[in-house]
Amino acid sequence: MTLTRDTIAIRLAEVGYIADADLATALSIMYLLQRPLLLEGEAGVGKTEVAKALASVHETELIRLQCYEGLDQSAALYEWNYQRQLLAIEASKSQQADGTVDLEDRIFSEKYLLERPLLAAIRRPRSPVLLIDEIDRADEEFEAFLLELLSDWQMSIPELGLVKAVSIPHVVITSNGTRELSDALRRRCLYHYVDFPEIDREARIILARIPHAGAALSLQIARMVERVRKEDLRKVPGVAETLDWAAALVGLNITDLHDAPEVVHDTLMCLLKTREDSGRITREVTSRILGKVA
Amino acid sequence: MSRVGAKAELDRAPTLLAERLAGFIRTLRASTFTVGLREGQDAAAILAAGYGDRPDLLRSAFKHLFSARKADWDKFDGIFDAFWLGRRVRSRVASSGTAADARNPSVKSMPKNSNAEPPRVSIDQIASDGGVKAEERTGEGRAEGASRTESLEEVDFRKLVDPTETAEAHAIAARLAHVMRTRLTRRDVARRRGYRLDLRRTIHRNISHGGVPIHLVKRNRKEKPLRLVILLDASGSMSLYTSAFLRFIHGVLDEFREAEAFLFHTRLAHVSDAMKEKDAARALDRLSVMAQGAGGGTRIGESLQTFNRWHAARVIHSRTCVMIISDGYETGDAAMLGREMEALARRCRRIVWLNPMLGWEGYSPEAAGIKAALPHVDLFAPANTLKSLAALEPYLARL
Repeated sequence: MTLTRDTIAIRLAEVGYIADADLATALSIMYLLQRPLLLEGEAGVGKTEVAKALASVHETELIRLQCYEGLDQSAALYEWNYQRQLLAIEASKSQQADGTVDLEDRIFSEKYLLERPLLAAIRRPRSPVLLIDEIDRADEEFEAFLLELLSDWQMSIPELGLVKAVSIPHVVITSNGTRELSDALRRRCLYHYVDFPEIDREARIILARIPHAGAALSLQIARMVERVRKEDLRKVPGVAETLDWAAALVGLNITDLHDAPEVVHDTLMCLLKTREDSGRITREVTSRILGKVA
Repeated sequence: MSRVGAKAELDRAPTLLAERLAGFIRTLRASTFTVGLREGQDAAAILAAGYGDRPDLLRSAFKHLFSARKADWDKFDGIFDAFWLGRRVRSRVASSGTAADARNPSVKSMPKNSNAEPPRVSIDQIASDGGVKAEERTGEGRAEGASRTESLEEVDFRKLVDPTETAEAHAIAARLAHVMRTRLTRRDVARRRGYRLDLRRTIHRNISHGGVPIHLVKRNRKEKPLRLVILLDASGSMSLYTSAFLRFIHGVLDEFREAEAFLFHTRLAHVSDAMKEKDAARALDRLSVMAQGAGGGTRIGESLQTFNRWHAARVIHSRTCVMIISDGYETGDAAMLGREMEALARRCRRIVWLNPMLGWEGYSPEAAGIKAALPHVDLFAPANTLKSLAALEPYLARL
């Protein structure tokens, strides 16, 4: 099933994800070519959300693999359920011996296999969305072995044999750029750089997530955040922070930022996450920025 | 090669389109995109699926397909527009004209064909390669006027070729690399000889014996290499020492499995690539080109800020030792240096500050810059020759 770019954009909007035209194109050619999509960008611009929205667009399962240093096969692919295997062996000892070959076949069967995200993703009857989150945290070895899976859609389990994909999952890989990814992996994937949304789109995102905010306040918040991002900050606030702030303002019954400059400054901690940054945005700076926001 | 592949896929479609596509792929390759056979086929598939109807749609689709990193992503639009949206007849001529030899970088001819955005394409091309970028910078450096310091620097770097001294520098770097090489991580790996039993794996291994533990699997600490990042002050006041330390850096990049080197004076330059150059003469060429801005003064704080902002996330991880080699004479804002040092100290494992002046009699770190930086430094030590660096070995090994 291939979807056109516009259908995808509309369906994403329906589930509350406001995508730009480029991302919608990326998703549509992702189906066309059956390639994984590599998303790069600053933290908090909504990379993970893309996968979640994609899963609800297709009304399919989202399988998430969070990467971390030292992630290995047994946590990513599959593992045998050793405890159950042992129990089965002990149980068969007490019964009369019915041949060890038979027993071995039994304990290395589906029943004793523990699925981990990657194996689970290729064994679903309906294509799931596989989210491989923050792949730059995993070791390079893991990347290499992921590559094999992504190109052939199969993996071998020594005791069971080759497991071929029942359906090909939609793979979304995210990276924060803390480590350079291998060229091989990059080439295998479609690439999309997720930038901070422009004012208009950010306002629509706020409105989609927090309907109580109202169009005027959403636009004000988006403009304000846009200005704050231009300040010299250590940790530039992402979309998630914007939403937090909007929720805080709505919770405090603010309808116009200019009505309550004090509250605006006091709630800015939703956006600023380090001590230096909150030290840098003083009351004067806040009122200066607020003055520029129409 | 991919031209053939794309063609095969596109037997039905007009051959003209296939040829244009092949020309475009060659253009991309010439601008350091990595485009393989698969990408050619997929591009043909995208065209066949009707994405070619609207230019903006096709541009967006190709952008995702051909880009592999942020640099590609940023320069793609310019290349696409120049190739596909430039004057049609002319660019067709260009692509079929260069069809004979794939080596011929057709992008070079593109700016002439399209007056839309010629400068953007050529600048982007330069920006894709760190080394060439520096050459572009030299242009400005030279325009600012060649001072006496600049020529001095060049002479110093040439001495790098002296085989005995280079060998000595490499030997010290090798020894250091050996003692500083590995650091333990918290995560264990399965080992034959380890300090504790891996119960889970032991059971797994012995399932075939009915669960009786005959083969034992043990765990041990996983070792990870320590990464060394060197920031070398190449300002005028350091000119006596720069050449010796450059030799050392050359050795470090050779011996350490993970190492990066930066040079700073009034600005910061990433020199790892230039220093890794196999051909010594070419390495020196590229280096002296980079150092030519030296002499005006040292803006350590600003250079560190550049480093923290643009390089730190990629270069520094939790097992990184940062080595700053500088005399600490800051011509910029000392408070800024303090702030940036604090930020750097939070990111990396250790900071070593080597100060050549410290070896002098009667010298004490009074300069405002170094006073601001000292609270964040783990090891502050003298180093004015390669030999004094070698003497530091036991201290550096403990870091």
